Amino acid sequence: MSIVVKDLAFTYSLGSPYEKKAIQNINLTINDGDFLGIVGHTGSGKSTFIQHLNGLIKVQEGEIEVFDIKLTNAKKPKPDLRKLRSNVGMVFQYPEYQLFEDTVYKDVAFGPKNLGLDEEEIAKRVKEAIELVGLDFEAIKERAPFELSGGQKRRVAIAGIIAMKPKVLILDEPTAGLDPNGKEQILTLITHLKKNCSSTIIVISHDIDEITRFATRLIVFNEGRVAFDMPMNELFKHQQELVEMGLDIPLAVKIANDLKAKGVAIQDGVVTVEDLIKEIVRLYNAKHNTKLNLKDINKSGFNFSFRSDEVFE
Amino acid sequence: MSAIELENVYYSYVLSEDNIIKAVRGISLKIEEGSFVAMVGHNGSGKSTIAKLLNGLLVPDYGKVRVFGMDTQDKEHIFDVRKSVGMVFQNPDNQMVASIIEDDIAFGPENLGIEREEIIRRVDWALDKVHMLEHKKGTPFKLSGGQKQRLAIAGIIAMKPKVIVFDESTAMLDPQGRKEVMEVAHELNKEGMTVICITHYMEEALGADRLIVLNDGKIALDGKPKEVFSQYEKIKENKIHVPLATKIAISLDDIGVKVGKDIMEKDELVDKLCQLL
Repeated sequence: MSIVVKDLAFTYSLGSPYEKKAIQNINLTINDGDFLGIVGHTGSGKSTFIQHLNGLIKVQEGEIEVFDIKLTNAKKPKPDLRKLRSNVGMVFQYPEYQLFEDTVYKDVAFGPKNLGLDEEEIAKRVKEAIELVGLDFEAIKERAPFELSGGQKRRVAIAGIIAMKPKVLILDEPTAGLDPNGKEQILTLITHLKKNCSSTIIVISHDIDEITRFATRLIVFNEGRVAFDMPMNELFKHQQELVEMGLDIPLAVKIANDLKAKGVAIQDGVVTVEDLIKEIVRLYNAKHNTKLNLKDINKSGFNFSFRSDEVFE
Repeated sequence: MSAIELENVYYSYVLSEDNIIKAVRGISLKIEEGSFVAMVGHNGSGKSTIAKLLNGLLVPDYGKVRVFGMDTQDKEHIFDVRKSVGMVFQNPDNQMVASIIEDDIAFGPENLGIEREEIIRRVDWALDKVHMLEHKKGTPFKLSGGQKQRLAIAGIIAMKPKVIVFDESTAMLDPQGRKEVMEVAHELNKEGMTVICITHYMEEALGADRLIVLNDGKIALDGKPKEVFSQYEKIKENKIHVPLATKIAISLDDIGVKVGKDIMEKDELVDKLCQLL
């Protein structure tokens, strides 16, 4: 168990006439190894929630245990924030706007330096982090971040976080504003980081089609509360409720439910595009007595899923 | 008459003597009045540079840009050019100028020297068009992203431009906000405004009359969205994507479930599948 949240609540401008309850009654456990997607429309409380996880917002009510660090509203003992932030890395929206040093090397080194590491360790981590995000260390280290392309800048910003080797990596809208290829690259990178850097990953996204490609668990925020916390493959059951909350449904789920409504015997549990294609091919084979197989699913170069357990042979 | 005409346009950003980015490299293009044109292309393909060329924020190094016949290089006409072509940018927070919504909308018309009575009429009209009239006396800072962007649109249309350019105006919005903005764009187009919509969302391009794909500062593909997206190999060469429903159709077709590779939207795919299953 890496993060346990109990009865968490938070109100902005507490005690003033502009009080606004952002989250309430949040109870959940994030396990080591989770690949967690968080959705919810703007203002649903998801950003307020994640900012609690590395101490950017002080706990008002309830408590959070992150590894063995306890966060409560008590003044003492003070939690070890440095340790907390080295364990929980946060990549904000448009992180490239936060690049500030004059070279890529210095920018990535900023985090490790603040952890109090020695020069040798910092150098090692910077190199590792830059290589992990898929950039050429020697070619890029002395360049100014501002000369890089949008996608490269975002990678440098992510490198700055993973150089602290966080066990939990939180990314807020990591693909926002990128072009389609840039998005694919960042999604591939996130899956790569899950294997090679941070074993627990939390992604906030508005694009449900994107989330279904890698997350295995989904938390839905609505009006400051956790409306759903479920394995991804139960998502299809809740189309109606999610639409009522103003959220999108994965296209594969919409198609499966439409087909079902028109009398096609699609089985329950379709979440990803793969699930859908698999199910359609099964039905097609049964009806036409054919033996079409799935080997050509990625023939045209689409990478429908990043979930390793669902990769087709 | 064409609303906008580009004739062999070139534009480069000169960063230093030996660092020159050739953003637009020989584009000729006519945009008909009243049409809805989508422009897509990967980062660095020249989309945003073209947007800025359309209302004289940039002027071409070579070639001509004409807005209703007026050359954007002609200093005499620049005011009329800007009045004709309004732009909505990406970040809603960067486009607010006043702390009360009606003042924000009035800013453009005021600068055009329009008289007070007319400004008041236009503010109400513009807010009504973007479905924000009830917020008239409120402040923009507490609105959602989609609402702020619709406000930015109202601020533009209050100047009564004939053409409106959306430069990735939905990129920072959530799905609901994106939908709101695109609905307003289509409503304005139905009333006769020429709309040019630059986007990374292929689904947004589907509703356009015409889709232009840019690559390396040139026009790579130009046609009806369906004609363009059905050329999958060319789409891939130009480093963009097809809509997700099209990807599913192509993949099924590759496997042998022959739905055809030119499906663009969900309902089309569902209908085809119903016939086959």
